[in-house]
Order: sequence, then C-alpha cells, then structure tokens
Amino acid sequence: MFGKLSLSAIPYDNPITMGAVGGAVVLGLVILGLITYYRKWTYLYKEWLTSLDHKKIGIMYIILALVMLLRGFADAILMRSQQAVAAGGSLGFLPPDHFDQIFSAHGSIMIVFMAMPFMVGLMNVVVPQQIGARDVAFPFMNSLSLWLTTAAALLVMVSLGFGEFSKAGWSGYAPLTEQQYSPGVGVDYWIWAFQIAGIGSTMTGINFLVTVLKMRAPGMKPMRLPLFVWTTFFTMLLVVWAFPVLTVDLALLTLDRYLGMHFFTNTLGGNMMMYVNLFWTWGHPEVYILILPAFGIFSEIVATFSGKRLFGYTSMVYATSVITILSFSVWLHHFFTMGASPNVNIFFGIATMLIAVPTGVKIFNWLFTMYRGRIRFTTPMYWTLAFIVTFAVGGSSGVMMSIPPADYVLHNSLFLIAHFHNVLIPGSLFGFFAGFYYWFPKAIGFRLNEDWGKRAFWCWLIGFYLAFAPLYVLGFMGMPRRMAHYANPTWHPYLLIAAFGAAVILLGIVFQGIQLLVSIKERRALRDPTGDPWDGRTLEWMTSSPPAVYNFPKIPIVDELDAFMDMKEKGVAYRRPDQYNDIEMPKNSPHGLIIGALAFVFGFAMIWYVWWLAILAALGMLSTVIARSMDDDIHYIIPAAEVERIENERYRELGPIAKRHPTDEQTIPERVPEM
Amino acid sequence: MKRKKYSVFVGLCSLCAVTLLGGCSTILLFNPKGPIGESERFVIIAAIVLMLIVIIPVFIMAFWFPLTYRASNTKSTYMPKWSHSTKIDFLMWAVPFAIVAVLAILAWTRTHSLDPYKPIPSVHKPINIEVVCLDWKWLFIYPDQNIATVNQITFPVNVPVSFKITSDTVMASFFIPQLGSQIYAMAGMQTRLHLLADKPGTYAGQNQQFTGRGFADMHFQANAVSREEFQSWVEKVRQSPEKLDLDRYRKLAKPNVGYHPVTYFSSVKPDLFEYILRKFNPTLGQNPRPMSGGNVSTQAGTDVSEEN
Repeated sequence: MFGKLSLSAIPYDNPITMGAVGGAVVLGLVILGLITYYRKWTYLYKEWLTSLDHKKIGIMYIILALVMLLRGFADAILMRSQQAVAAGGSLGFLPPDHFDQIFSAHGSIMIVFMAMPFMVGLMNVVVPQQIGARDVAFPFMNSLSLWLTTAAALLVMVSLGFGEFSKAGWSGYAPLTEQQYSPGVGVDYWIWAFQIAGIGSTMTGINFLVTVLKMRAPGMKPMRLPLFVWTTFFTMLLVVWAFPVLTVDLALLTLDRYLGMHFFTNTLGGNMMMYVNLFWTWGHPEVYILILPAFGIFSEIVATFSGKRLFGYTSMVYATSVITILSFSVWLHHFFTMGASPNVNIFFGIATMLIAVPTGVKIFNWLFTMYRGRIRFTTPMYWTLAFIVTFAVGGSSGVMMSIPPADYVLHNSLFLIAHFHNVLIPGSLFGFFAGFYYWFPKAIGFRLNEDWGKRAFWCWLIGFYLAFAPLYVLGFMGMPRRMAHYANPTWHPYLLIAAFGAAVILLGIVFQGIQLLVSIKERRALRDPTGDPWDGRTLEWMTSSPPAVYNFPKIPIVDELDAFMDMKEKGVAYRRPDQYNDIEMPKNSPHGLIIGALAFVFGFAMIWYVWWLAILAALGMLSTVIARSMDDDIHYIIPAAEVERIENERYRELGPIAKRHPTDEQTIPERVPEM
Repeated sequence: MKRKKYSVFVGLCSLCAVTLLGGCSTILLFNPKGPIGESERFVIIAAIVLMLIVIIPVFIMAFWFPLTYRASNTKSTYMPKWSHSTKIDFLMWAVPFAIVAVLAILAWTRTHSLDPYKPIPSVHKPINIEVVCLDWKWLFIYPDQNIATVNQITFPVNVPVSFKITSDTVMASFFIPQLGSQIYAMAGMQTRLHLLADKPGTYAGQNQQFTGRGFADMHFQANAVSREEFQSWVEKVRQSPEKLDLDRYRKLAKPNVGYHPVTYFSSVKPDLFEYILRKFNPTLGQNPRPMSGGNVSTQAGTDVSEEN
C-alpha cells in the first residue's frame, strides 16, 4: 500500500536532523497560523499563489531562493564545523552517513534550488520591464515553472524528515548512485528533485527566449538591448540546450535504478563514464547559466552608478556569445584524470583557457566603465567591486586547473572546492545580491537600508576570504574534498580558519536579515516615489515602484541604447500620453499551483515506490494540463479609465520629484486634475 | 573602507606567501619527491606567474578607478558618453589572448610529456604494481614478485613504478600527492600511471574521488627505499602466513569500516588482476576496437581509450 514508506523512515535517532525537522515544522506552523489569524488565505491565494504576473512570480522565486539559501548555508556551517573538529583520531559529531548527505544536499540546493531560482526570480522581475513589455511570452508556463521548482525544493526539504537524502554528492556519479551501492531512497530523492526542477527550468528557458525574441518594445533592436537582457538571452539558450541532457542522463539512471537496466552499471556493458560525460555536458554550461546573468547585472549596476554608458557594449555582447558557445566544448575538463589520451585532454584544456579571454574582456570593460565616471558607492556597487577583484582570482585558479598536468594533482582536492566557490560566490551569488539590492525598490517600492547593507557586505566579503583562502592552501597540501574526518594534523589549523570564515558569513546573513527588518520599519523614509531611485538608464526605471500590473500604460518607443536615460536627456521621460487604451492582461490561474502540488506527490510516490499514488498524480497532472488548454477565457481587460486613474495617482506622487531632471520641467506642466 | 579591503588583500597575499615559501614541508604539491611531481609544480607556478600579468593590473585598476572617479571628487574628468576606444578594445582582447597562447603552448607540451600513460625513461627496469580499489581500501599486487599488500606499497627509489589500476567497486582515484599525477580506478577498465620517486621517504597516498561511507579512511603509505631495502621488504612480505587466493580475495573485497590495517600476502592467485577486470568486462581484450573499454595490452599509452 505505501511502498517502502513506513514510520521507521523517520530518523528519530538523529538529534541534529530531528532538530532541523522540528524547527522547520514549528516555523511552518507559525507561518500558517499567522496567515490564518490575519485571514490572509484568500489574499495569498488570489494575489500571489495563482498570480501570472511576472513581477509577483519573480518575488516568489526570490523568496524560495532565500529560504533555500538558509538551508544550504546551514549545511555549509555543519560541514565546516565537522571538519574543524574531526582531526587526528576524532570522528567529529557527524557520522559519515550524515556528513555525506549534508555535502550532497549543500551542492544540490545551492546550485539548483538557490542560485537558479534567485536568477530566474530577478529575470522575472526585470527582463519584461527592460524590454518594454507587459509580461513574459507565456505567463502561465512561467507560473508552472515556479511551482515545479518549488515542488522539487520541497522534496529536498521533506527528505530531512522521511528517509534520507543522497549520499553520493551533488553530481551523483554512477556507479555509486546505482542500486547496488546506494540502495536507499536518498538517490531517488536527488533524482526526482533534479528532474522536476529541471523540467521547470527548461520551460523557463523557452519562455524567456521567446520573451526576448518576440516581446521587445518597438525600436528595441538587438544592439539596443540592455546587457542583462542579452545575458538572459544567452543564458536561456544554454538552458534550452543543456537541460534536456540532464533530463536524459537522470532518466537513464532512473531506468538503471528502477528497472534494473545497465546504462551506467559496472557490469553487462554499462559505462559509468557515459554518465559522467552527460552530467558535465549539462553541468558545465550550468555554471555559465548561473554566472552569465550575474555578469549582466554587474553591467547594469556599474553603468548606472558610474553615471556613464557601459564601456565596450558591443565587445560585451560578443564576449557573452563566445562564452555561450565555448561553454559546450569544455565539459571533459571535469575528468582529465580518467585516462584519456593527451590529445583529447589538451583539446578540452585549451578550449577552457580560451573562455578566460572573453571573461577577461568583460572584467576590463567593467573597469573602464568606471574610468572617467562619477561613481556612487551604494550597496550594489560594493558587491560589484568585490566581485571584480575576487572573481579575477577565482577565474585565474580556473585557468590553472585547465592545464591537464596541473589538474592531475589538483583534481578533486580542496583547491577545486576553493576555485569553484571563488567563481560561483562572487560571480553568481554576489551578482544576485547586487541585483537584489538594486531592483528591490523597483519590485517592492522602497530602498533597503544602506548601513546594514554595507555591514552585511563586509561580513560576507571578509568571511568569504577567510573561508576559502585556506581551502586553496589545503588543496596544495593534498587534502581531498568530501572528507568526513582526516588523520593529517597539519590540515587542522586551516580548517579552523575556514570554519571561522563561515561564522563571519553567518554574521553577514544575520545582518541581511536585520537590514530587511529595519528597512521594512523605515519603509516610509526609504520610499521610492519616482520609480527611478538610482538615476537609472534602462526602461525598468520608467515604471512606478512597484510597477502597475501592466508595467507600461503605453508601450515605450526606443531610439537608443540606455533607452530611459536617452528619454530623460531628451526630456520626454515623463511625458503623459494623450489618451490611455484598454489593456489586456493574463488572468490568474490555479493550474500551475495544482500541477506543482501533484508533481510533488508524484515525486514522493516514485521515491517510495507507491505506484498507485504515482499513477494517480500523473493522471492528475495530465488532466490539469488538458483542463488548462481547454480554457479559452484566460485574459481580462483593464479599462482605459482604470489605467488613467492609476496613472493619475502615479503622476501625483511623481509631480514635484520629476523636476529633479531640469530638462523634464517643461514636460510635466499638465498638473494632474484634482480629484 | 577602501583601506579595509586593501588590508584584506594584503593579508591574503602574505598568507599565500608565507605558506608557499615557509611551510613547504606540509605543502605537499610544492614539495615533490619525483620528476612528475616536480614538473607539475613547475606548471602550477608558471600558471600563477602568467595569471599575475592580468590580476595585478585588474587589482590596480579596481582600486585606482573607483578612488579617482568617486562622485565626491568633482575634479576628476567626467565623460558620461565615452564608451568606446578601439585601442583599449584591442588591448583587452589581445593581452588575455596572448597570455592564453603562451599557456596553451606550455599546456600542450606538458600534457604530452606528463601523460600518465607514458613510461618514464630510465636505465632501470620498472617495478610493476597492479592496483585494485576496494570498499574501502587499496589492494596492491606485485605480479613479478607474486606478492600482494593492502594499504601499503614499497618500491626502490629512482626506479620507475608502472601502475595498472582498476576497481572492484565504484569509481575511485589513485593519488600519491608528492609523486604527482592521479588517475581514476574504474571497474572493468584498466588505467595506467607511471611515477618515480627520486628521494627516499614515506609518502602519503590516498583516494581522491569520493566512494561512499568509508572514503575518508582510504589512505595508504608509499615507501620509496633503496634497492636492498626493497629486496628485504619483499622477503618480509613473503614470510607472511596469508595467501591471496580467490576465497581470501572475496573476503577482502567485502566493505570494511574504518582504516583497514596494512596486510601482507606471501602469494597471489595468478592473474588475479585480470580476473577482477574480466568479472565486469568478460570480452576484455577480445575486441580490438577501443570502444570495448580497454584491452589488457602491456603497451603503455595504447590501452584504455579516450572513449572511456
């Protein structure tokens, strides 16, 4: 009846896990209780959960990412503490079975459930506005992607309390992940979480590709796109090309595990290196999927806060395209040590080095954007500067590892761990934080407190160096990754420093929490009445903060790169249209939410071999898709009068402030009629 | 605030400098004991130096530009429309490209000369060792001496050691940091590695690829000794009452918890290594095409293809 599921699946005997489960359950109950107490269920359901508004979906993605960041970071703290104490003869406080789950969960969560949703969230909030559109190309698919990703994240969370998570690393190398060596449900949790999230990501990829291709405002030619839109476009190309490979790879592994096939087994003609090849055919583009959007964010921020055009825009676009293409020709550098011939290794080695060229070009472009600018040091700019310096180091350590003989000694060591954290934390997470601070006023309506933001920043930056510089040294000392305990006492002091660094980062996260609370308290003082708090250059700053549901009452016409700056200079930025028209917008839909919930049930049933439930859930998803596609009444009209009312309010708030730009004075003479 | 960042940087640099120059004995990769390791250290240092050609200007500009062009410094030039310079554009593509070109040449030559499959030229006949990864220990078979050990190898100094490597479980990676190069151990496939120690000593060996619960305890000792000491060590192993026949091997192959103590076997079932390979890959060596997953030829560099 319940497959492998029984009450013994709950890890009662593990106090750390049970503590985490207890904490999560209590927190969940408190949140549900508060929602009930304040009678917010209808509001939540109507305004958020079923919303197809790209801005709200973006905000929900970012909330998911921040929750998962806390979870992934808790794993990091546990790993650092374990390695700080498990020296010499000590086995530390985590047995290998638990430690192995923690590092597997940390990697899986940070890549797929933190960085990906954070990135997609920012794109959702910003990209349609930057191209002068009212929504993404497929608003319903957008909601479906969100709920599939959330369902997958929930599966990872549930693995804490029911059964176990994978003990085979986030990359799940076969044959360790085969039934013979990992008979538990852990690997199945990992497979289905990745599979469901991956399908969500593929749909996001299709959605944003079409959005950028088809939804641009008139005049928004390719070479007038903001750089974040360009990087989104290339990222989504990578998503659409790479994610199906992961889907197939995991599907083959699923066949091995569930139906006893032999794609990646040791015996009967299976080949584990086939798994590894396919995994990195997705996995390497995946890191560029995470880094390219952040490159776009930095480009926007550095231009805005330098009060200057982005240096070498064309170079930047071409550099991004070169990275996109090269990222598919380097996957073998993840396993130079498998015994390939030198000619094979050097091909992938040189291809990897080549990526350093366009990346270097980007770094110099950001530097020269600051050159002869007027730089304002806001929190987003802090993250950007820290990124440039830190990423240069991380990128260089990558070039070093791209030389096969150097990789022969550095492979799978803590040097590798230091390297990829040194590119992914500044290159991706710092970028998303910068974007978070930069676009927060746009999405929510008020700026975040700068003092606490800077305090948090310094903790993150100093903590980062303290946590990862020792890992470089440990790599040179020969320490492998993923050690639950170790006999070599000379590694110990460095691991203590690293653990201290993680604690400093924790302080940074606490400060970020305080920053949010303080800013909510001071929201009136931090209010952004103009919609353009930073003197922005691109179209998203043209809308109000937060934007009306339709973003633009009239679709803007673009004549220049940095379209909004161009309008401000010409004095037409805040010019009111002669008349407003009816606007058609997508209606809310519960189908995405329902399919997400069913996907969760399906995944859970597959993991525990509850076949009848899996079949029911699959049928349920299919019927929901059919029901949705039969529904023709998917739009609603915002009447012109309503648009005018909303815009009148905006202009009343904007009125005096819009004069900030002297050239605009003549353009807002028509005072809003008093109502 | 800028100063704080600067001091972090200086601190980091000095930390690196101190560890690289000072504590060399514990920084294994900078303290190699054989030509392969030495050559790999050279590659690492050369790469660091070449990278500094980019990193140093980036660091200088990353501090100098924000400082000079801060908004409060109204005396600095402000050119809000300036966004292109062919000269700078050319330089920023050309300089990284030139560095990568130099690196690529270095990488090309060293990748070929440091190919793990390539025998090390020497007047001495190499010592053959067959390595089998088990859960969670290393089995070493000396086919020429007909002895075997667990978690310890001994070999004469200045004599090339020729390893054939496979796994009787999941994929692992065989690595002695101070001697250089690691290589994967995969079931049903044979990989090759050639190392040489030019100084006597005891070097740590380890598994570099996570293999499950007992992974952390999969370390072993590699002793480089004089030829006489090697002979007497072989004699010592031959005195062991334990013999590695098939039954004993099956017992040994079972997963163990914790570090497996060093064990000597005075004799080994003939062709045990090939038996382990064929267990997973019965057609091994029969199919001449490289797709078969590697043949058991003794010609270094020709077996275990890139297809694996």
